[in-house]
Amino acid sequence: MIELENVAYSYGGGALLSEISLQLAPGSFYFLTGPSGAGKTTLLKLCYGALQPTSGAVTLFGDDVSRLQRDGIAALRRRMGVVHQDCSFLDHLTVTENIALPLRVSGRQTKAAQEDLTELMAWVGLTHRAEAMPPELSGGERQRAALARAVIMSPDVVLADEPTGNVDWEMSQRLLRLLVELNKMGKTVLIATHDLSLIRAAKSQVQARVLRIANRQVQLAGADL
Amino acid sequence: MRLVDVKRLVFGDRQADKVVPPSGFTAQLTVFAAGAMAFLAVFALALSLASGRLAARWGDELAQSSTIRIVAPMDQRAAQTEAALGILETTAGVAFARALGEDEQQALLAPWFGTELDLRALPVPQLIEIIEEDSGFDAAGLRLRLAAEVPGAILDDHSQWRAPLVDAANRLRLLGWISAGLLGASVAAMVTLAAHAALAANAQVIAVLRLVGATDRYIAQAFIRRFTLRAFGGAMVGAVVAMAMVALLPDASERAGFLTGLSFQGWHWFLPFLIPLLSAVVAFLATSAAANRTLKRLA
Repeated sequence: MIELENVAYSYGGGALLSEISLQLAPGSFYFLTGPSGAGKTTLLKLCYGALQPTSGAVTLFGDDVSRLQRDGIAALRRRMGVVHQDCSFLDHLTVTENIALPLRVSGRQTKAAQEDLTELMAWVGLTHRAEAMPPELSGGERQRAALARAVIMSPDVVLADEPTGNVDWEMSQRLLRLLVELNKMGKTVLIATHDLSLIRAAKSQVQARVLRIANRQVQLAGADL
Repeated sequence: MRLVDVKRLVFGDRQADKVVPPSGFTAQLTVFAAGAMAFLAVFALALSLASGRLAARWGDELAQSSTIRIVAPMDQRAAQTEAALGILETTAGVAFARALGEDEQQALLAPWFGTELDLRALPVPQLIEIIEEDSGFDAAGLRLRLAAEVPGAILDDHSQWRAPLVDAANRLRLLGWISAGLLGASVAAMVTLAAHAALAANAQVIAVLRLVGATDRYIAQAFIRRFTLRAFGGAMVGAVVAMAMVALLPDASERAGFLTGLSFQGWHWFLPFLIPLLSAVVAFLATSAAANRTLKRLA
């Protein structure tokens, strides 16, 4: 579903990533790790079509990203759930409305969807915060709201960029459990993180593969973490 | 712009607006500016229509009639009048010609001399009224013939003083239309600026919407809808206020009948209602262009 073939990406200065070939297997659980500035976020952005590779080809759900029009990219985003590093909410809408935003922009605000939404809010433990505004949320609540928004369209893939970046250990465990549950429902999960203890904690719950960015390339790390 | 799009814009997902935060003060500025433009546009329209009427009326009335003055000693006057009428009968393009009677001339001069004066005591020229056919006649040719046969006749086809007046009225009308056009362009410029400002201020919102899978069309619509409705609403208020003021203008009196009232006449009263509609169309196009330009630059 997500395939990178000999992909390179460079910002003005120089190459950040090069010769990356990667194929995410459906239903698997991945961690993407590497030092800060190694290009984790960039690689994720390549995976959801926010960036075009400088060279090579990114294929998402069978479509070459470089050939997609803007509407094609929009359609693609509805099939992928993305948890962004900074969550990116609309601050003038309530938490519920923010979580339902993907439904609204794709015109799928049906009654059934409304029930799903209630269930989803309960699943991430935000029912009591439904009418709160995003700026009123704590770090952990924001991350859970972002996760709920990412999965409301029931995507095949969930991409999360440092979902545990700003939360304490207990909350990061809770988020991890939610992501593992999603994976058990058959969704492919890719989490970018520099938190190795999170990866270790995950290994006891799910068979996770670890991709490490080093020297501008992605390597499949062994079980030696 | 397809009909479906317009329908969706008017009746579509009203909630879609909500994804863009309300903008308060700047929104009111847009409404105010659209209203002010519409207000001015109604006057430009009234001016254009009035000067159009004026040009048409002066043109029509004066073009169809001419006058011959017979200035001759009293004893020759009747003979010269007869001769002139004879020439006119054989002139192509003259539909009808007749000498004005004494009482008619008296009535014409009454404003200056009063009704008591006996005109026979004065060497007042005899007037002959000529009604032209639509094709008109050859004034220069007629003058030559009159000069040869009726020395006391002077042909006045009114064109000397009519032409500049009609020209002026036509120029005034053109000025009115240019003003209306400029006002329309100003609405477009104002809305474009406001839309750019709104799009720039909401770059973050747009980025979030893109990330959750909103199409450009969806995002643009939230902006387009707002600005179109604001321009329409503002222009409607401005136009109605201006129309009320036009309606309250004093009517041009009978005495000043060669001028014309600035007020709208008959079905022309419906024309100002086109201004809000046009404003809405202009705002729609301007916002669409601005939104599409801006969105293409964003990831």
